[in-house]
Amino acid sequence: MNSPAFDLLMWARGPAFDIALTIFIGGIIIRVLEIVILGRKKDMAAPKGNPVAQGFKTIFSRSIPREGLVKFAPITYLGGYIFHLGFFVAFLFFAPHIALFTDAFGIKWPDAGRVIIESATALAVIALLALIYSRMTDPVRKALTTFDDYLVLILSGLPLITGYVAVNKLFGDGQMMIAIHILSVEALMIAFPFTKLMHAVTFVMSRYYNGTIQGRKGAES
Amino acid sequence: MSATIDRGLNALREQIDSPVASFFSSCVSCGLCAEACIFYRATEDPKYTPIKKLDLMRRVWAREFTLFGRIGGMLGLIKPVTDEDLTEWETLVYDSCTMCGRCSLVCPVGNDITMMIRKMREGMSAAGHAPVELIGAAQRHTDKGSPMGDLSKAIHAQVKHAIDETGIEIEFDKEGVDYMVILSAQEIAEFPDVLSAMARIFKKTGVTWTISSEAFEATNVGIQLGNRDVAKVLVSRVVEAAEKLKVKGIISPECGHAYQALRWEGPNLIGRTYPFEVVHIIELLDRLRAEGKLKTKGKNTDRLTFHDPCQINRRGGINQEPRNLMNMVSEDFVEMESGGTMNWCCGGGGGVGANERAEKLRHAAFKFKKIQIDKVEPDAIVTMCAYCHHTLDNVFEEFDIEQDVIGLTELVAEYLDDDA
Repeated sequence: MNSPAFDLLMWARGPAFDIALTIFIGGIIIRVLEIVILGRKKDMAAPKGNPVAQGFKTIFSRSIPREGLVKFAPITYLGGYIFHLGFFVAFLFFAPHIALFTDAFGIKWPDAGRVIIESATALAVIALLALIYSRMTDPVRKALTTFDDYLVLILSGLPLITGYVAVNKLFGDGQMMIAIHILSVEALMIAFPFTKLMHAVTFVMSRYYNGTIQGRKGAES
Repeated sequence: MSATIDRGLNALREQIDSPVASFFSSCVSCGLCAEACIFYRATEDPKYTPIKKLDLMRRVWAREFTLFGRIGGMLGLIKPVTDEDLTEWETLVYDSCTMCGRCSLVCPVGNDITMMIRKMREGMSAAGHAPVELIGAAQRHTDKGSPMGDLSKAIHAQVKHAIDETGIEIEFDKEGVDYMVILSAQEIAEFPDVLSAMARIFKKTGVTWTISSEAFEATNVGIQLGNRDVAKVLVSRVVEAAEKLKVKGIISPECGHAYQALRWEGPNLIGRTYPFEVVHIIELLDRLRAEGKLKTKGKNTDRLTFHDPCQINRRGGINQEPRNLMNMVSEDFVEMESGGTMNWCCGGGGGVGANERAEKLRHAAFKFKKIQIDKVEPDAIVTMCAYCHHTLDNVFEEFDIEQDVIGLTELVAEYLDDDA
């Protein structure tokens, strides 16, 4: 009855997930606390605009590129958008994923159909490959890129690829492929606090700070 | 030597706060800041990528302000900052950045890279790695009252000239008036006509004003050099003079970093809010226009365009005001491509204009800026910063280009309705 694939799946869903979740959450808390405890001096300059309102606004408005810039870095912009959207569609709107949230928190939302999920996944992987390619060839991106950047790209791609393989039963044992898929997600979670994946949390703070700094001056952000 | 680098690194550590830590945590090395940078765009050299100019500060933050970075440092994964590093980075931090702020507006995670350059300069200058011209200017400014030396005689001569020209009395050190006017050294030395322009406008609009004989210099080399102590001394002089004269406000002149220094950094440098307002001359003129006090007659028929000074618009928040005034006095006002908040820098700000070593780079940046100007083919460029004015005049001369540059205050004064 107990096959190695089944054992691995059970371990991935049980103890391995607990370990990954602990590191994921604990690590994020440490990283965020490290930022927050540094504090920030109160700005004494009489405000011209509303710093706090603009801070919150900038969290959202910075998702839209400045006019005229996209054509100078099309792969970065388009690849960035497609990857992020594709990743979150596949992650949040695939019925079995929603079921996990329902089990854990008792919440549920409508799922997207299989065509949407698989298209999103495929597009996200293609976007990732384009982003890797531009990191290797574009002089600016190449000069900035470190091991961390490639690691993050690969770790973000693995859950997409393994999920696609498992769902479509492309090859290998079904249970084994799901186990590998779950383990790839756990690798992403464990790496999260130690790598640039942290931007997914701290970008909210950065955009807010940028908005408050500019907002105080009544300047655009 | 090691004492100097320690002083520099300490100054840098003092600058690291929550925003800086969140910015470094958020950077995904996407490289989009390069596309916003005039020095990268003009040269296409990746070393001018804005976030790369902060690499030393990032290393100090990672090694000392993060748990995982500390472990990484112990394992030798993140190298400590050495004096050689600082030498190498000096030109990146001072020569190839005018602190124009375009990168801070395009970063997708919202990093205020410009603010971090300002902070990194604190460390660089404390470690003795700053351009000699800025160090010299700071010395002159602290000792003699202005980055150009003692301008006391010059300001008195220029005021006398303005009085003779306009027949309007301008009094030094007059208590209880509305505003204390300060001027940039560049205006006193190169563009003194602004005094006559202000005298005429204020007379017509009923604004009372004075100039302090003790603190008439508006510029602040401390914020370009990256030395809070110098910056604080210079701001304090102006603040104390204004308090002594019991004015309602200070008029910050057509000078980019002067506005930045007095309006936005000043209260934080001296650690308290001002008991008076600081208003930029163009902000005030637009206010007087809106109140119906400033009236003009006729319009300039030349093709005019407007150059936004980085520290006044993008980093200062004054965007619509000059446009209101331009439309009031100009019939053919044409915006440049990316005019307004995303305007390209003149290439001379942030101390780069004073830095001889940076001349070649500044000229490369100007050639890029020129493309923006050429698309409009203006008869004249109007601006609201004497240093932008000076930089543009100089590069036009350098490249044998006939191109007029005008200060906005003077342009408005030209069309003042004397009958109103």
